[in-house]
Amino acid sequence: MQAEEKWTAETWPASPERQTLEGKNKFIGFWLFLGGETVLFATLFATYLALKDKVPSPEHALAKDIFELPLVFATTMILLTSSLTSVYAMYHMKNFQFRKMMLWLGVTVALGASFLVLEIYEFNHYVHEFHHTFTSSAFGSAFFTLTGFHGAHVAFGLIWIVTLMVRNAKRGLNLYNAPKFYLSSLYWHFIDVVWVFIFTVVYLMGMVG
Amino acid sequence: MTNEKMNSVNPGNDFNYRRKKNAEEMKHQVITFALMIFLTLIAFTAVAYDGFSSWFTIPFILLLAVIQVAYQLYYFMHMSHKGHEMPAIFMYSGILVAFLTVLTFVTIIWW
Repeated sequence: MQAEEKWTAETWPASPERQTLEGKNKFIGFWLFLGGETVLFATLFATYLALKDKVPSPEHALAKDIFELPLVFATTMILLTSSLTSVYAMYHMKNFQFRKMMLWLGVTVALGASFLVLEIYEFNHYVHEFHHTFTSSAFGSAFFTLTGFHGAHVAFGLIWIVTLMVRNAKRGLNLYNAPKFYLSSLYWHFIDVVWVFIFTVVYLMGMVG
Repeated sequence: MTNEKMNSVNPGNDFNYRRKKNAEEMKHQVITFALMIFLTLIAFTAVAYDGFSSWFTIPFILLLAVIQVAYQLYYFMHMSHKGHEMPAIFMYSGILVAFLTVLTFVTIIWW
């Protein structure tokens, strides 16, 4: 079976993620899923925009009171860089360099994990400094649903990539797992796509007023 | 999906050519990344600087975000490559619905 075949760097196909029928199907199916995810996040963005700064009484904190540029800048840089490191991982996957691919996936996971740590710190800060919680106002609910959904995607992406790395640690690259690695990197890029809109629409527009 | 030929099992010259092509592409990816960081810096600077009115800043940073996402989709996620016709249909359909959803919620919702 082609999927279990042993490959060398010379015989490895140019687009290993779409070489087998299973790989092709996964590729199409996953992009359909990403189209659906786009709509899912759009509904959360729309809800956030409609409910931004909608608080029950004047003592509640508004977007311009709680956001801080340096922290958002740090998380943004970390997530953008992790997108590049996962491009490096797929570059080595296409060159059939398994160890280098694993190394770059490891860097991606480390960056993703530090993003999550900063986000948890940030949420904790809002809750304790500003009493801005999931239930404090419509603004709070919309904010934590949107950013929390993205954070959950980051967490899921991390679990996905780590699972792939552990499962395939001794297997090396073949046409069975190449599509799996490729799709996990597509997912990771999509998380970054969503973050670009979150830092722009939620944080930067929140600072502007 | 187009029925392109992706299998190339002829070792030797093909291998070196592909390695070079991949390295070339990786170089472009790094340039794309540098541009993305640059756009992000501009967006943050525009917000940090007090001199602009929000009527300028908000459309401006939204435009920067759209450009950056296009880079991400077309280069990092390889939508510029062959065989991405269906992914493009899925994403553009998603983006259309996304746009209408957001437009609705910022215009006819009033509480």
